[in-house]
Amino acid sequence: MVDLVAQPADLELGEDRTMAYQNIFTQVQLRGELEPGVPLGPNNDPRYGPFGFTYLMGKIGGAQIGPVYLGKLGTAALMCGAIAIVIMGMNMFASVNWDPIQFVRQLFWLSLEPPPAKYGLKILPPLAEGGWWLIAGAFLTASILLWWARTYTRARELGMGTHVAWAFASAIWLYLVLGFIRPIAMGSWSEAVPFGIFPHLDWTAAFSIRYGNLFYNPFHALSIAFLYGSALLFAMHGATILAVGRYGGEREIEQITDRGTASERAALFWRWTMGFNATMESIHRWAWWFAVLTTLTGGIGILLTGTVVDNWYLWAVEHHFALEYPATGTVDPSTLPGAPQ
Amino acid sequence: MMRKQLTLLLVLPALLLGGCEIGTKVTEQQGPNGAAISSVKHKAGMPVVAPVPEPPYPLDAAMLEGARAKEVYQNVQVLGDISADEFNYTMAALTNWVAPADGTVENGGCNYCHNPANMASDELYTKVVARKMLQMTRNINANWTPHFNNNYGQGNENAGVTCWTCHRGKPVPANNWSAALPDPGNIKGNKLGQNTPLKATAYASLPYDSFSSYLAGSENIRVGAKSAYPTDHAASIVNTEKTYGLMMHMSQGLGVNCTFCHNSNNFAKWSDSRTQRVNAWYGIRMVRDINNNYITALGDVWPANRRGPAGDPLKVNCATCHNGINRPMGGAKMLKDYPSLKGAPAATLVAAPAAAAPDTAVPEAAPASPPVAAAEDATKPAA
Repeated sequence: MVDLVAQPADLELGEDRTMAYQNIFTQVQLRGELEPGVPLGPNNDPRYGPFGFTYLMGKIGGAQIGPVYLGKLGTAALMCGAIAIVIMGMNMFASVNWDPIQFVRQLFWLSLEPPPAKYGLKILPPLAEGGWWLIAGAFLTASILLWWARTYTRARELGMGTHVAWAFASAIWLYLVLGFIRPIAMGSWSEAVPFGIFPHLDWTAAFSIRYGNLFYNPFHALSIAFLYGSALLFAMHGATILAVGRYGGEREIEQITDRGTASERAALFWRWTMGFNATMESIHRWAWWFAVLTTLTGGIGILLTGTVVDNWYLWAVEHHFALEYPATGTVDPSTLPGAPQ
Repeated sequence: MMRKQLTLLLVLPALLLGGCEIGTKVTEQQGPNGAAISSVKHKAGMPVVAPVPEPPYPLDAAMLEGARAKEVYQNVQVLGDISADEFNYTMAALTNWVAPADGTVENGGCNYCHNPANMASDELYTKVVARKMLQMTRNINANWTPHFNNNYGQGNENAGVTCWTCHRGKPVPANNWSAALPDPGNIKGNKLGQNTPLKATAYASLPYDSFSSYLAGSENIRVGAKSAYPTDHAASIVNTEKTYGLMMHMSQGLGVNCTFCHNSNNFAKWSDSRTQRVNAWYGIRMVRDINNNYITALGDVWPANRRGPAGDPLKVNCATCHNGINRPMGGAKMLKDYPSLKGAPAATLVAAPAAAAPDTAVPEAAPASPPVAAAEDATKPAA
């Protein structure tokens, strides 16, 4: 495999031509003048950069770094996010007696836990008993919402649709259900997820056991179907476009209106193999909806758990959605006369 | 360059497999089709056994006759009604089990508990503890038979414990627990009783002091909902995690997986569970009886080196007896050689040990025998 870092003389090829070859078969990295992007309209903050080219980033995407538009929303989002991360990190650091070695060794186990059940929905319980969790959660939520607003306004500024922002909103919905909406519906912050790597996984396992196995929650099932479906669609689409890259297939959007041989071959491939093909346009709607529905249905499933349904397995048996196994004959010993309690 | 990449290509999958346990596995289905209720064991590690010491010398019928121990020796409070010969035999075995004189235990042998100048004296704390432990052993064998209900088609006779079941030649059993230190009021050094890689929780970040709640305290595990829709049943996620921590200990302590007892479709449901879960249910209550009415009951008798960081004595959990095997010592019935450890059922209670139950037997035919704290009194002759 040969990588070309073009010399100035190569730039005579012209921009259109060279961009077309930026695919997996002909990895060409060009070096020329940095591209500052379209001029900004009024009521915008200044951009930073562009900063230059990096060879390594050019291996996986565009080689030019920047310009970055930080703006007020971005600055506020980063500040809120940093405060949240620092609060979580310092709480974890304190929990190992400020020992840096133990902090690194136990990092995956450490956690900032939500308040215990006795505090209910109290706005600010003692800092050591979930108070810091609420503060960190408030800053993290602010950070995420500000970042969402930024993806929306930046898209509008570039004259784009706001598809990215709405897809992001679907993920935020699940986040808010887990840490905010469902705990309020249940009347206790203790229902929320701890901030920690293994602790949040243990929370997930305990949540499923407490509510009679989340696998029997149909919205959980839908969410998994869309999640796996997203991976499948991504693989199919990515593979198809790479496969017709030699015919200019990566110029997908142009080929919606002006089908070239790449588009024809890609479509034909899927009609031959499964009798039906998505179009250059519709495949992206498929992918977008699958991704969006993953967290949308997941959030619904979590919100119904404990509020509407207390045991999903029993619910599923009642609705002929799950099989009831033949009884083993085992009897709860606490129900026997004279049993110790 | 090419060689480097090739090496990397070979090494990377090997690293990814690093978490796997190498070796042939044997899987045994233990439940209905499609429920994945099966045990997975290493072929190399089967059958699971542990060493069982021989009796110190044969105990023949003639030795059971003759003068009673309480007539020959002074201050014999528990084993006074057996013959002096059987008493000596039991003491010899007990010494080998708990404080052998083979040099593995400091001051091992008779003098670990006895003052050689006055064998009847209670001046050594170890003798006071040993007496309590004999009462405990006899209470377990007489009154906690539902825990020993055999689910493998074998009889129940001589199922029970001896000192060896836990001690294995050591004065303090290898697997024990004591209460965790209470959380400090601030965040420094405060793990909130969890989020620490420990064997007790199978290195999860689950709460690690579940023992205080369930094996000394009388909290109930029942967190799973019994009804499809919300009722007044309340169980927080944290409490569920605490039960999960205990279950991780049970799984590790017995060398079994979740489906040894449960159908994972709905962990809480008894009628989908294996009958082994009933044994475990009695086991939890038996361990509570041991910890509260025998170990903690000794109070100030325990010296500092037999206590945990919070000052409570070292106590018993599932692993103390089981040592990683679902039937301690592979189900060897040591008790047959030590009749004096069997004890008498609590006098005021109708102890009804269940007949050997086949694998899927309904244990409802076996009325629960409810051991009580007072059971020791029934086994203790007036001294």
